[in-house]
Amino acid sequence: MIDLCKVTKTYITGTVEFKALKDIDLQIDRGEFVAIVGPSGSGKSTLMNLLGCLDVPTSGEYRLEGHSVNKLTSNQLADIRNTKIGFVFQAFNLLPYATSYENIEVPLLFAKVSAKKRRDRILELLALVGLADKLNNKPTELSGGEMQRVAIARALANDPDIILADEPTGNLDSKSGTAIIEMFHQMWKSGKTIILITHDMKLADQTQRIIRLKDGAIDGNGNLA
Amino acid sequence: MINFATVYNVFIRDFHKQKKRITLTLLALGWGTISIMLLLGFGEGLHTQLSINQKGMGDEISILWGGQTTIPFKGLGKGRHIHLFKEDPAYLKKRIPELRYIAGEYHRWGAAVKYGDKILSEHINGIAPEFEMMRAHIPMMGGRMINELDMQLKRRVAFLGDGFKERLFGDEDPIGKQIFINGMPFMVIGVMQEKMQMSSYSGSDEDKVSIPATTFQTVFGDRYLDNIVYQPWDVDNMKSVERQVYEAMGVRYKFDPNDERALQIWDTAEGAREFNNMLTGINIFLGFIGSLTLLIAGVGVANIMYVSIKERTREIGIKMAVGARRSYILFQFLIEALLITFFGGLGGMSISYILTEAFKRIPIESEVLDFMGRPTISLEIGLIVVSILGIMGIISGLFPAMKAASVNPVESLRHE
Ligand SMILES: Nc1ncnc2c1ncn2[C@@H]1O[C@H](COP(=O)(O)OP(=O)(O)OP(=O)(O)O)[C@@H](O)[C@H]1O
Ligand SMILES: [Mg+2]
Repeated sequence: MIDLCKVTKTYITGTVEFKALKDIDLQIDRGEFVAIVGPSGSGKSTLMNLLGCLDVPTSGEYRLEGHSVNKLTSNQLADIRNTKIGFVFQAFNLLPYATSYENIEVPLLFAKVSAKKRRDRILELLALVGLADKLNNKPTELSGGEMQRVAIARALANDPDIILADEPTGNLDSKSGTAIIEMFHQMWKSGKTIILITHDMKLADQTQRIIRLKDGAIDGNGNLA
Repeated sequence: MINFATVYNVFIRDFHKQKKRITLTLLALGWGTISIMLLLGFGEGLHTQLSINQKGMGDEISILWGGQTTIPFKGLGKGRHIHLFKEDPAYLKKRIPELRYIAGEYHRWGAAVKYGDKILSEHINGIAPEFEMMRAHIPMMGGRMINELDMQLKRRVAFLGDGFKERLFGDEDPIGKQIFINGMPFMVIGVMQEKMQMSSYSGSDEDKVSIPATTFQTVFGDRYLDNIVYQPWDVDNMKSVERQVYEAMGVRYKFDPNDERALQIWDTAEGAREFNNMLTGINIFLGFIGSLTLLIAGVGVANIMYVSIKERTREIGIKMAVGARRSYILFQFLIEALLITFFGGLGGMSISYILTEAFKRIPIESEVLDFMGRPTISLEIGLIVVSILGIMGIISGLFPAMKAASVNPVESLRHE
């Protein structure tokens, strides 16, 4: 489903060019649970942004479900992010002024879901992540683990095929972290493709496959669990 | 796709977060709106008042006097005096169909007017019924103006200026009373309605005593008319009527129709036309100043939007990550700018309206108000201000909104 062919990403700061990704070849199948590991600055987040269609490669080709992402318009990319991909960030990235309910509603609004269906879906998702009683809480009124669960509910809102998580447990204590990872396993079991970026080798070992990045290139590719 | 409730909620949230800045911007907008509305309203009031004042002497009329020739004509030398005779108005009317009204007029200053024990020295005016229409000699209730029969029968009737009536009669009702003009008895038939007269060629009408021109001629024995007053059907023909007057009178009194000095004509409508142009100029100027004030407020709106966007790049990035198209971000910020403009403009317009209404109700009579008028807000002004506000809101919102829509989501989400 995901197919990267000789993908590079070059950042230009002033006159300095920096190759954050170098000739990445990578295939990920539907329903896989993949971990991406590597030292800080190795290009993990850069890769995730490309996979999530938040950014486009400098060169090489990214095919998503057989379609070349390079050729899509900004609106088409927005629609893909809206319906096919769910993001979970280390820093949660919830709208600070909005309640849990409203945060989960945002992708549904962009997908033009009717008010009634939005409501049903949000309540269903809140129940799924165990926050049915926190629907009117704003992010400041939630714990880190709870915030990440709202973010997961938001990522699942439009029932996307792919979940991209960039160090989702990085800001959590081990207990809430374990609960979050448990949720990713459940999502995987329900058929989603999960790509998890992490520093924690214990978490990576629980996935099907570990992709190691080093200096913007793939170091090792394998160990099917 | 654009959910107005969401946009509105974001706006309210923003309002709480940046209360001070938004309040200041709203104040600037309100103030800009008030100043443009009051300036335009002031212009409008001035216009109305000046047209009223202009109509005091008469609307769209010309005054014709005799003169002196400066060009020799058919063997006649120059320097001849041309006088106006009482038959001239009828003569001109016959020759110039374009004329709607025309009538001759006599003046006598310093006649003694007596009622009871009171004697006043006054300006006596010999006039015709046409003056009611041409020169706004409108009678007050209970009285009448000089009519055709008064003219034919050379009746000894008098129509009093309201100011003169006050001096001679005080609060007493003068209608039907007898007054003496140079010892001759006249009956008062009417009093002129109060009017505002800013221009004149023979003094203020409110201080005059008017009698039928025919009576005047018999009583005082004047050989010549002092002047003729005329009004064309269409004020646009004023100049061509003037030409025809010169030609017809030239034939009658044997002078060159191109001899400008043989007659004197004052086209009062010309003044009115120039005046209107000047007023339009004043209005444009006032509107311009008002717009500048509003422009400053617009810069304020743009500024607040830029600041708000800077603080909210992360929010923009989040929305893009979960599927917002750039157009949504654009509209969100544009609508926020328009909401601010809307509330500021609405506030300013309401306050201006209240102010002008209050101004209208100020009971004082003052010369300043008589001259300047009171600011009035017309539908036209309202529409002008609304469109200026609308355009300003869109412009001051569009550029920040375009900036917001061009935020790079990766960048905005990268930093903590
Ligand atoms: N917008 C950018 N402009 C310039 N350089 C960038 C930009 N974004 C990332 N980089 C550089 O690209 C490299 C890879 O960054 P990236 O964020 O992908 O690393 P990472 O593997 O996610 O690291 P971490 O584990 O610390 O999150 C880094 O050296 C970073 O400095
Ligand atoms: Mg990273």
